[in-house]
Amino acid sequence: MFERRIFSRTAAAAVVVSLAGLAPAKAEDTVKVGLILPMTGGQASTGKQIENAIKLYMQQNGDTVAGKKIEIIVKDDAAIPDKTKTAAQELIVNDKVNFIGGFGVTPAALAAAPLATQAKIPEVVMAAGTSIITERSPYIVRTSFTLAQSSTIIGDWAVKNGIKKVATLTSDYAPGNDALNFFKEHFTAGGGQVVEEVKTPLANPDFAPFLQRMKDAKPDAIFVFVPAGQGGNFMKQYAERGLDKAGIKVIGPGDVTDDDLLNNMGDAVLGTVTAHIYSAAHPSQMNKDFVAAYKKAFGNRPGFMAVSGYDGIHLIYEALKKTNGDTDGTKLVEAMKGQKWESPRGPISIDPETRDIIQNVYIRKVEKVDGELYNVEFQTFEAVKDLGKTKK
Amino acid sequence: MTSILTNLFDGVAYGMLLFVLACGLAVTLGLMNFVNLAHGAFAMAGGYVCMLLVNQHGWPFFAALPLAFVSSAAIGIVLERTLYRHLYTRSHLDQVLFTIGLTFMSVAAVDYIQGSSRVFINLPAALQGQFDLFGVGIGRYRLMIIVICGLLTIGLQMVLAKTRFGSRLRAAVDDPRAASGLGINVPQVFAFTFAFGCGLAGLGGALSAEILGLDPYFPLKFMIYFLIVVTVGGSSSITGPFLASLLLGIGDVAGKYYVPKMGPFVIYTMMIVILIWRPNGLFGRTAAR
Repeated sequence: MFERRIFSRTAAAAVVVSLAGLAPAKAEDTVKVGLILPMTGGQASTGKQIENAIKLYMQQNGDTVAGKKIEIIVKDDAAIPDKTKTAAQELIVNDKVNFIGGFGVTPAALAAAPLATQAKIPEVVMAAGTSIITERSPYIVRTSFTLAQSSTIIGDWAVKNGIKKVATLTSDYAPGNDALNFFKEHFTAGGGQVVEEVKTPLANPDFAPFLQRMKDAKPDAIFVFVPAGQGGNFMKQYAERGLDKAGIKVIGPGDVTDDDLLNNMGDAVLGTVTAHIYSAAHPSQMNKDFVAAYKKAFGNRPGFMAVSGYDGIHLIYEALKKTNGDTDGTKLVEAMKGQKWESPRGPISIDPETRDIIQNVYIRKVEKVDGELYNVEFQTFEAVKDLGKTKK
Repeated sequence: MTSILTNLFDGVAYGMLLFVLACGLAVTLGLMNFVNLAHGAFAMAGGYVCMLLVNQHGWPFFAALPLAFVSSAAIGIVLERTLYRHLYTRSHLDQVLFTIGLTFMSVAAVDYIQGSSRVFINLPAALQGQFDLFGVGIGRYRLMIIVICGLLTIGLQMVLAKTRFGSRLRAAVDDPRAASGLGINVPQVFAFTFAFGCGLAGLGGALSAEILGLDPYFPLKFMIYFLIVVTVGGSSSITGPFLASLLLGIGDVAGKYYVPKMGPFVIYTMMIVILIWRPNGLFGRTAAR
């Protein structure tokens, strides 16, 4: 829908411009933001959440900043890096966008990195979560999270709270390996023991045999990271196999209990403890308003991807305000560094050194609130940096 | 020892599920010689029908299962009469291109109507969890799959081998001209068979939602498994795909349990080994059609 409106508008503008011969002056009045999101394919819910949140933000805050009109151009990459690259090229060369943003998965964010560097325009990563991403281009800024942030915190929390033996089940791709390694490092440093380690293929239909292996290893808890869409499958089969009754808890970074899916998972998920950056049940007034507005506009609750998109467009707005509408990419990235604001997830800021996000990480437990399942936060770790970088 | 049996049980259930999902394809591909890559779309349709009836209209799960079969079969017969029948005489490439296109359309349509999130069917409490039988963990849902699929297999084999309809079908496939000369209504037999295959897919889709998950990309994600079952089993009978499903299901589960590092490749390795050994599948005819 976005695309069509933009197309007709630019087409109309082009006609006016070619008649009057005022091309440069006209083009200066708009700032174009190219969003590359998975709108189809297995990651489509990520793309939809981000697109929705950006629409909501622009409804609430208007589409003009520092005298410039903001135009959004959405391109679907279905989370396939080759398509991401093509989309980024088209956006930069044909549409002459001033920002590229979105990026549902790590390989997509990485595929666009060299293009952002070459074109000297900011790449705002609103979903992908491996640590290395921001190191691949000085123009990358992230408003989502890194898996190191949540996985280390849950590792520390677990050893301090009586969980000594853990079996891990993680998806076999970059974010899964990040989650596993950061968790393991912190968990074993605190005296915990990893008794079983299983990496499941990304396109995995059935968790049963892996879960049986976990059950036979008799750990205190399973540390699990699977892409958001598979969380439901995992929890269902965890309950089916009676791991909950065997006293094996589930812990992990919060992707497995994403708000988008949580409500359909059934009561087996009750009591799951995760560390994550956002819960729709975050108790601030700002979040209550955000959730209410999002529900009203789109009919479901926002997840952590929605809030990352909401903050991503906020960062773009703030950067433009700071440069007074100057669209020079280098100046924009400079303007983004050190930004600090209150997000629906709590206070966040952009680390001026790594251009990565600094934010609170919350420990949450799945509970029933008014008949619906929510991640209820009960402990806060404040201003967590990406530990993937501070380690070096 | 008990863990071996638990795995064997899980493997059999998984294999049975693969069989119900794939045997409709074995029927269209093997018996009717039609490459229907949209098979998974019919499975997805059945899954979504069952999900909507149970979750939104409060139907009991066991009442929704037959309807999953019926609705997929109905969609199948409509498409067969309007689209598919024009492609029986065309080349396999035309059939592949057409059905792949149909698959993409079904994915887009379901994505548009139902959204792309994964959905689950609310199961009755009686089907949830495991019980213990001499130390072997028996999943109730998986046991139900084994029972339903087992009965279905026996019924199917009886229909094909023993009934008048079975012999008409085999005659219609082997030599359509001679068959119609003998008074067999070949188009009708084909339409009925195709619809039945689609119905089975729909039932499989409804049964698999709990274990494999159900989302609009179902037909694309599981196409490869259906094809593996049919190629390994050979497409000229029902026994072939049945034994292939069991073999692959057990192999897949055992592989993931005992060698989790290479688990997902076990199913492919088995396929390669079997196809080197018997290029037409385990029970394929040696002479090509």
